[in-house]
Amino acid sequence: MASTLRGPRRRGIALHAVLVAGLLLSAFPFYWAVIMSTHTSTEIFSYPPKLLPGSHFAENVRHLFDNIDFFGSMLNSLLVAVSVTVLVLFLDSLAAFVFAKFDFPGRKVLFALLMAIFMVPAQLAAIPQFVIMAKIGWIGSMTALIVPAAANAFGIFWMRQYMKGAIHDELLDAAKLDGAGFLRQYWHVALPVVRPGLAFLGIFTFMAQWNDYAWPLIALTDPDNVTLQVALSQLNGNHGTTDYGMVMTGALLALVPLLIVFAVGARQIIGDLAKGAVRG
Amino acid sequence: MATLPAVQDAPAAVADTPAARPRSGLRRYWHLYAAISPFYLLFLAFGLIPVGFSLYLSFHRWDGLGPMEWAGAAQYRYLLADSDFWQSIGNTIVIWALATFPMIFLAMVTAVMLNSAVRFKNVYRFAYFLPNVTSIVAVAIVFGSVFSTNFGLMNALLQAVGLDQVAWLNTPWGIKVAVATLMTWQWTGYNAIIFLAGLQTVPSELYEAARIDGAGPVQTFFRVTLPLMRPVLLFVLIVSTVTGLQSFAEPQVLLQTTANESTFSGGPDHAGRTMVLYFFQQTFDNNDFGYGAAVAWGIFLVVVLFSIINWRLVRRRGEA
Repeated sequence: MASTLRGPRRRGIALHAVLVAGLLLSAFPFYWAVIMSTHTSTEIFSYPPKLLPGSHFAENVRHLFDNIDFFGSMLNSLLVAVSVTVLVLFLDSLAAFVFAKFDFPGRKVLFALLMAIFMVPAQLAAIPQFVIMAKIGWIGSMTALIVPAAANAFGIFWMRQYMKGAIHDELLDAAKLDGAGFLRQYWHVALPVVRPGLAFLGIFTFMAQWNDYAWPLIALTDPDNVTLQVALSQLNGNHGTTDYGMVMTGALLALVPLLIVFAVGARQIIGDLAKGAVRG
Repeated sequence: MATLPAVQDAPAAVADTPAARPRSGLRRYWHLYAAISPFYLLFLAFGLIPVGFSLYLSFHRWDGLGPMEWAGAAQYRYLLADSDFWQSIGNTIVIWALATFPMIFLAMVTAVMLNSAVRFKNVYRFAYFLPNVTSIVAVAIVFGSVFSTNFGLMNALLQAVGLDQVAWLNTPWGIKVAVATLMTWQWTGYNAIIFLAGLQTVPSELYEAARIDGAGPVQTFFRVTLPLMRPVLLFVLIVSTVTGLQSFAEPQVLLQTTANESTFSGGPDHAGRTMVLYFFQQTFDNNDFGYGAAVAWGIFLVVVLFSIINWRLVRRRGEA
């Protein structure tokens, strides 16, 4: 008996050893970022590399706050990321529900168009988009970041794949027999079932918006009214003289709201997403 | 009641009575079109029109300020003969392959292991997803110092085991490996979580049946798990292809400090200049908006071609 138990037990320990190794690998750069934020630039670029915390964190924070309007730009980032997330969750889940569960003339063409949009490099449209926005007076305002981002082809693709597996036809048929119209099927039948998929999309959208920097860099013309990533990239601007300790501290502090959002939504992602289905 | 169209993939089994059939499509399906229209309207205004304009632009010479000048197909003729563009395609594909295949393999293995681990599952999932939460600027700074020639952690490790140092960010292969490592690190956990979501949809009875038939873990994976995972694999592969072939921020931020001519040059010998970096260089460094637009259309074609190949490869086997 004992020998039959030992096999699985040993395999379990080996499994956890590998998983912990992976965990250390994926977490190490974070550890190092924290270490870097406590050192001066000179210390960061010394040899051998510093692996233990230094004593310059407070100094780095002070330099950071002296150089950029940290909390002002953080508020801008929050405004953009929250607005886009709400819009994307609503619009994408509604459209994905249609693509996943209904048949109608033009469905295939419209979906193929959607996938084509997904494959267009965002940069392709950047210049004309800038011209259009300048014409309607959105340049320099957060609207220029929020409205175009609400049309998210990735989100529809993801929600469609998710809904195909998670929403069973019998469930919809039952709702139809009860006299539920389209909107009630969407709101009362589909949405509750795909909540984990929505949580994943929501967190992912929030993250992508929070971390985006190419388009905000172009569209926000007033250097005093930018998002956090743009503010941080202003610090990284002058090569050679960059204060890496300060930049790293900024990048770390910019991570805090993301970690909060992630921690709140993680239960949905890591718990319930696994229970839902992803099928094509 | 019963006026709704049939559920997906079953057009033959329309629930409507025959009397309801002759009604026009628009009246019958208006609510479906209404539900998808916000996306398509936004897309029209901020996607299709700008993209159409860039197509128009690609047939012109324009420096962004002066008048546009008709150039016909000249930009595309130049593009086809442009060895820098071909080099950027090669760079992008090599970096994509170096990042994607290890990433998908590692993500799959991680997902299978997580699926069979009982304890600390949530801790692992949280930690594995974490790299994807970080901003690319911060990641690139960290990796820049990891791969730094004189002070880098990677070279400190190589030295510790008695190997020679590598000038990671100064050699064509070193650059590609560094950028690919960064991408693999950032996306493996993300894809593992998605694979895990797929794994949990495999009914446990199937595993039970495979076990009774005497299948080992490897056999079970290839005969039971993988075929059922194909839609998820397809999702992961398409997203990796589209995002990987459009990589821009990773090489840009990682290599800008070693670049002496332009922030979009992609390091020594342009070894890390991806297609999108080349687009930025042509458009914003050279103020060549017409040619930039032609480059962007070239990128689009490469991405579509690659996505179709991947789609076919995954779908052909077993036809899920």
